[in-house]
Amino acid sequence: MSVTTATDTAAADRAAAGTSSQARLTARHVSKAFWVEGEQDPTIALQNVSLTIDEGEFVCIVGPSGCGKTTFLNLVAGLLPYDEGSIEISGKRVNGPGRDRAVVFQQSRLLPWRTTFDNVLYGMQLHRRFSEAEMQKRAQDYIDLVGLHGSERRHPAQLSGGMQQRVNLARALATDPEILLMDEPFAALDAQTREFMQAELLRIWQEAGKTVMFVTHQIDEAIFLADRVFVFGTRPGRLRAEFEVPFERPRRLSIKRSPEFLALTDQIWSLIEEEASRAGFMQPAPAESRS
Amino acid sequence: MTVTSFDEIAAPAPKTGALPERPTKSYYQRNDGFIVGTVSAIVAIVFWEIMWQAGFIDPLFFSGPSATLARLYRGLWTTGDMIPHIIFSAQNFAVGFTCAAIVAIPLGIALGWYRTPRMILDPFITVLYSTPRIVFVPLFVMWFGLGFLSKMVIVFLSAFFPILLNVMAGVRTTDDQLLGAAKSFCATQGDLFRTIVLPATVPFIIVGLRQGLAHGLIGVVVGEFFAGSKGIGYLIGQAGTTFATDLLFACVIVIAVAGLGISAILQRVEQHFQSWRPAQS
Repeated sequence: MSVTTATDTAAADRAAAGTSSQARLTARHVSKAFWVEGEQDPTIALQNVSLTIDEGEFVCIVGPSGCGKTTFLNLVAGLLPYDEGSIEISGKRVNGPGRDRAVVFQQSRLLPWRTTFDNVLYGMQLHRRFSEAEMQKRAQDYIDLVGLHGSERRHPAQLSGGMQQRVNLARALATDPEILLMDEPFAALDAQTREFMQAELLRIWQEAGKTVMFVTHQIDEAIFLADRVFVFGTRPGRLRAEFEVPFERPRRLSIKRSPEFLALTDQIWSLIEEEASRAGFMQPAPAESRS
Repeated sequence: MTVTSFDEIAAPAPKTGALPERPTKSYYQRNDGFIVGTVSAIVAIVFWEIMWQAGFIDPLFFSGPSATLARLYRGLWTTGDMIPHIIFSAQNFAVGFTCAAIVAIPLGIALGWYRTPRMILDPFITVLYSTPRIVFVPLFVMWFGLGFLSKMVIVFLSAFFPILLNVMAGVRTTDDQLLGAAKSFCATQGDLFRTIVLPATVPFIIVGLRQGLAHGLIGVVVGEFFAGSKGIGYLIGQAGTTFATDLLFACVIVIAVAGLGISAILQRVEQHFQSWRPAQS
């Protein structure tokens, strides 16, 4: 019996992910409109969005509600069809859900009748990619990686919100996706657990070495986590700006209080506030009253 | 103090003194519902028996606990005159109810999952479900005679709709979020069905079976009541017309025990499938 640790499986996945310099995700001129019942014109959820995400990169998308950030994630996940443009994962055009992507949802969406272990197996079982023995080993390794060792036999109802999201993350990572799509995964958690999970996510990301697209409405979360932050605007939903995050890794939660961090937060906040007030979500506030 | 690192947050808490002891609950506190219910029932029966012994109850129109039990003992043991009727009714019920479950569960799943057959069958289901099934008894007697077959069909029809409608509702209320998550992992229709729809519908199947059971018991009694010369329903009818109140009460006990017994079995099955749910107090 070979002795391998959780870190070894994550490292093997990381190495196998290849070192091609090609972009992991390429979106070109993507547009999406919805027909809303009782309205004259279609709602334009996304208009002409073009962006690329590189291999191994951690990218966040922020924007006010209604900016189409979750719609964009659903298009990339293949859960919704796009009207125009193209989305490619490693050069392959997105046409429905695929084994090259895994989604971590806002609500953990675990099967309530399955244990932690069986929930982590679930994604792999649906993918039908690994052998039974491999699935068992991978499930255990990723449960260990997300820090759930000892909770394998518990059901979701017996887990806290933070632990449920760890299962959700392990389920996605265990399928060994080329890109991990995270849809406001910490939005339903309390403030302390959220900060804790952000730090945990960076640790896990560094071990697993996945490309991550993370959607959030929290600016500080986006800056803390990401290599680059895309800011989406609203009415119609579109890409407004792109920010490089200069902080070195590994990052500690304390950087959130550094002047550089606050300056970047302020810069992005101004942009989002402008978008939100333009869409009529809030009254424009005088600049000096901002915190 | 400011928390500056993840390690500090995760540092173990300092050792404190003795922990408070687990609060102990007495036997009564743990079983108060059962105890109060049992005492209440016993008090009622004792009161009834006293009234009966004191001669306040006219045996022509009502019976007492001791007389009922004596008749039951006679009917089941000494003379055994109730046994053939019970066996006949039990057969009607078992066959009718089993057939109803075998047909209604798969059909309910199919109609819950596929829209077109549901739309086609919906008017028939609505009309048949809203109509008291008893009105069909004369029709079934006409078609299937006075014997076993007509009784079985009545039980079948009585149990069928509660099972069907509950199973349909179970399939249709399957959590869309779970289905969406499974689709994101490339689930096929078969996967969705096997891993989500079916397990999510199990509690509804059990509820349907329990309701079907209650309706089926009504069906078996009413069917025999109306027509035929055998069965527990027939016996009740006979007891009523001959003022044999002790026999009538004995029959009621047999039916009640049968209902409670099957209900208890289904409850066990339900607990087996629901072990993942958080414990209820």
